[in-house]
Amino acid sequence: MAALLTSNRVLIAFLLGLAMLPLFAAQFTVTIVNYIGLYALVALGLVLLTGIGGLTSFGQAAFVGLGAYATAYLTTRHGMSPWGTLIVGMVITTAVSLALGFITLRLSGHFLPLGTIAWGISLYFIFGNVQALGGHGGIDGIPPVDLFGLELGSSRAFFYVIWITLLAAIITTQNMLDSREGRAMRCLRAMTMTEAMGINTLRYRMVLFMIAAQFACVSGWLYAHLQRFVNPTPFSLGQGIEYLFMAVLGGASAVWGAVFGATAVSFLKEWLQDWLPKLLGATGNFEMVVFGLLTIVVLHRARDGLWPILLRVFAIVAPQRQQMREVEPALPLPRRDAPAPGSEVLRVIEVTKRFGGLVANNKMNLTVRAGEVMALIGPNGAGKSTLFNCISGVNPATEGEIRFMGKRIDQLGSREIAKLGMSRSFQHVRLNQDMTVLENAAIGAHLRGRKNFVQSAWRLDREEERRLLWEAAHQLQRCGLGEHLFDTCGSLPLGKQRIVEIARALCSDPTLLLLDEPAAGLRHLEKRALAELLAKLRGEGMAILLVEHDMDFVMGLADRVLVMEFGEYLAEGLPQEIQTNPKVLEAYLGGVDE
Amino acid sequence: MDAAVALLLAQDGITNGAIYALLSLALVLVFAVTRVIYIPQGEFVAYGALSMAAVNAGFLPPTMWLVVTLGIAVAIVDSVAAIREGAKARLPMVIFKNAVLPILAVIVVRQLPLKDLAYVLQVLIALAFVVPLGPQVYRLAFQPVAEASVLLLLIVAVAVHFVMVGMGLYFFGAEGARIPPFTDGGVTLGPAYVQYQTIWIVGIAALLIAGLALFFEHSIYGKALRATAINRTGARLMGISADLAGKLCFTLSALVGAFSGILIAPITTIYYDTGFLVGLKGFVGAIIGGLVSYPLAAAGAVLVGLLESYSSFYASAYKEVIVFTLIIPVLLYQSLTTKHIDDEEDH
Amino acid sequence: MKPVIMETSGLCVNYGRVEAIHNVNIRIREGEIVTVIGPNGAGKTTLLSALMGLLPARGEVKYQGHSTLGAMSVDALVAKGLVLVPEKRELFGSMSVADNLLLGAFARHRRGDRDHAKTMDEVYAIFPRLAERHKQEAGTLSGGERQMLAMGRALMAKPTLLMLDEPSLGLAPLIVKEILRIVVQLKSMGVSILLVEQNARAALQVADYGYVLENGSVAVENEAKALLHDPRVIESYLGLGGSHSIAA
Repeated sequence: MAALLTSNRVLIAFLLGLAMLPLFAAQFTVTIVNYIGLYALVALGLVLLTGIGGLTSFGQAAFVGLGAYATAYLTTRHGMSPWGTLIVGMVITTAVSLALGFITLRLSGHFLPLGTIAWGISLYFIFGNVQALGGHGGIDGIPPVDLFGLELGSSRAFFYVIWITLLAAIITTQNMLDSREGRAMRCLRAMTMTEAMGINTLRYRMVLFMIAAQFACVSGWLYAHLQRFVNPTPFSLGQGIEYLFMAVLGGASAVWGAVFGATAVSFLKEWLQDWLPKLLGATGNFEMVVFGLLTIVVLHRARDGLWPILLRVFAIVAPQRQQMREVEPALPLPRRDAPAPGSEVLRVIEVTKRFGGLVANNKMNLTVRAGEVMALIGPNGAGKSTLFNCISGVNPATEGEIRFMGKRIDQLGSREIAKLGMSRSFQHVRLNQDMTVLENAAIGAHLRGRKNFVQSAWRLDREEERRLLWEAAHQLQRCGLGEHLFDTCGSLPLGKQRIVEIARALCSDPTLLLLDEPAAGLRHLEKRALAELLAKLRGEGMAILLVEHDMDFVMGLADRVLVMEFGEYLAEGLPQEIQTNPKVLEAYLGGVDE
Repeated sequence: MDAAVALLLAQDGITNGAIYALLSLALVLVFAVTRVIYIPQGEFVAYGALSMAAVNAGFLPPTMWLVVTLGIAVAIVDSVAAIREGAKARLPMVIFKNAVLPILAVIVVRQLPLKDLAYVLQVLIALAFVVPLGPQVYRLAFQPVAEASVLLLLIVAVAVHFVMVGMGLYFFGAEGARIPPFTDGGVTLGPAYVQYQTIWIVGIAALLIAGLALFFEHSIYGKALRATAINRTGARLMGISADLAGKLCFTLSALVGAFSGILIAPITTIYYDTGFLVGLKGFVGAIIGGLVSYPLAAAGAVLVGLLESYSSFYASAYKEVIVFTLIIPVLLYQSLTTKHIDDEEDH
Repeated sequence: MKPVIMETSGLCVNYGRVEAIHNVNIRIREGEIVTVIGPNGAGKTTLLSALMGLLPARGEVKYQGHSTLGAMSVDALVAKGLVLVPEKRELFGSMSVADNLLLGAFARHRRGDRDHAKTMDEVYAIFPRLAERHKQEAGTLSGGERQMLAMGRALMAKPTLLMLDEPSLGLAPLIVKEILRIVVQLKSMGVSILLVEQNARAALQVADYGYVLENGSVAVENEAKALLHDPRVIESYLGLGGSHSIAA
């Protein structure tokens, strides 16, 4: 990103070369590059699914088949126009992907690929056995695509259709990922955090799955009109596996990894098929063997695929120029009504949490009022984080009642609670380490935006996007992270990452802020700045509940302190009362018995 | 369909189901211990069956040079590791076990009159040159990335599958093969005529499953594998290294796979690429068991066998569709009963 | 002076790009109880994980005279008698107490030792509670029993140096006392012990020597008896504000 100048030049050169290719290259090359475009489109869907969403599918070839068979059948048997069949194909794909997604996407990581194998195989056998679809013989005589009276019959002409489609898909994908909903997608793997920010993770998994299926469907439609003939073979499980190979080998975390992976795999296989028999002089699937071995070697050396390596090499060849970026000022986002100062915001009544036979919280009570800092302390293992999880709905209470702003929330999920105006940070930092500090903070503002992924793909969300980012930048500046806006989170020390979590929580404009050990890992001056910030928020009427081990910090900041031990209430009072309470001292340092 | 046909189909289904059950147990084991979704499991079925066919016909086991080559590769990799850790004392043993031993085995086998050997000895020879591929594959392909994500391990597994299928065509040719049954003929049990081989298959599969159960319940190595599956960190802290556990369960799964192939080759023609679909059906069984429960996986696999057998009678064209769509209701049930699952990797 | 069994010099551990342990030098002598205390988040568990070879680290760790960093795997260290009882206990939940204990002897079994039954009787003698529950699944044990099982399992390996990570965590005072009594008993049986604790007073009462870890570095080190009355220890836990009044 930083080297816009040089990388832009490379991109322009690439596009120019691509545009000229059909004019000069041999037919054979044009054919391969056409196929690369088709493969890359499917692999791009897998980048979204696997690299972004952490979901794996072996079944993409079946979606390619849906697109291809839909147009083949409808154009040849019913005389529909290819443009009409494209829409029908996409509608069918949406329906099928939503149905399959509903079944499989709730499952943990390893069930999904196995499930996709199952329907990948099933759809393939259906293509081959339904008589109306021509059985294993397939369907021929598919008409060429016709664009404004221009018949795109030759593969040289069709080259432009394929690559313009692919480039449009890449650009819209990049746009989409660089938006409110895109950020949510990029955080899907951290499900607990994402839900606690009010984001419906299942919905975004579905969306990613559907988009990937659509890309595959369009690739199938293109394929059918390029070949003008379809049979089941290219939609087999084997081909589905190959698509995944392209994405993973190319680098599933980058959009361009799909293109690179498709290119590398296609040329490699072509080359191996040509040369190996000559080299070895024997029959056998040696290209499969060599291809498999190369894959193993590459994955041993480069778990993130080849594209990141290419970027690193590029960075050495053409050193990047550091470029300063700024956040554009925008109108502030609307804020929610604040409760009256001193009014009760949160009440926890007799809350008990059990894990099997273990009682982690036993009949806990507490209240937090607007404009006060309540501190929850206690030795390690006292059950403080458990209580936090009960309150924020991350791991609901077994018994008891929790009221937030007068509403009962103990049966609500963390997503619903977030919507009511509660936001939290986590004891173990849950940030996307590869996203910038600004983007991470903006996740917190997710609920304050409305534009969806389709709008962002076409850049119709820019005004709202500016406001969201401006809010995120503002909160980060308040937290003293103004100079780190464009650094990746992973490059910050742990203490500062905790502050990013606070900024992210503030971006949601919360009424109640839950902070789990915000001061851990901070230096002395940073702690003081954090205490000042929290005092300021309190002054603005925010209610703050915090768990903290740094007693200097707690005692200097909190209005009231509640001490827990063994999951139970031990003491409550003003900071100075707690500090001189012998029971508390014993809980922390152990009893003195001599 | 009359009763006789129904019984015949049931017999077929149970026979295949027994094989799928064996495979699904191996798959559950490998996944639980190493997190590898072991796609090449099926290749061991084909390798076992076709090697046995070769030995039975009096040829040397075609995979023997692969075992030797991979053995030398393992010896090199392990030697480098030993030198790096400053444990040079291990070198002679490493080289002997991995490189010298396979070569000695090849020399011995070349002297034997394979065709005239007893059937049992032929089986042992075939296994001796297929099973070592299991731990060798683990050492070379999976151990270096043992800590990687399930996805990466899965892709490596698929790559290994490519290599093994490609090599399979080279070793065994495109022709399929059958081997003679363990015992010719059959017996009439009530209304049904049952081939002896069917009894062999079901009996040996049951024995193997019982043997595996004994191993896991009563031997310290079996318990160590279970412990690794339950709590990887805990197992490591007890000195049960992931490498050892991985090698052990890949050996077991290779043994189970190759032996399944030898069991089924007398009643089905096996081709170099038959393994993939057979292995996948084992997966269906394993998925029914949720990839964690051994008895459920075995029961699921038998169900797959029966379903396949009856659907091949009623709707043979859709046989595979029916078998593989069986997963969908199972997954649906699991997705509705399993509460939210966090894939989170805390770093 | 008794011989040194483990020693670190300039030990640094990174979590991601963040340094969690910085330049830590500690030394454990044969037959001693050495304790590392410090508030939550000071890096105590990270330190033990690094010593056990679970985390990559820089600097030097010598165990029984051998450099271990990058040279010895976890199982090699266990085979040499370095055993860790982790903070999370890491039991095999769906296996029986007896099977958990047996697996503690896995490393010795591989070496050819076969006296597991006898060792298990010795462990049962130390923890009679485990003998009563030998058939029960580990996952159904109470907190105190889990800690006992974790320690018993470690003892099955006949450790030379036993590292205990927060054995008092989440346990009631009476059980903590019992656990610490057993720690002293183990010392008298010749086991060297590295005891990591948040519960400073309890740990210092049984230890010979102590280190106070704060923000990943050793803030104070001294004879345990001296640390017990050192106000700096209380400061690191309860903060400056109140500590003077408490200490007074």
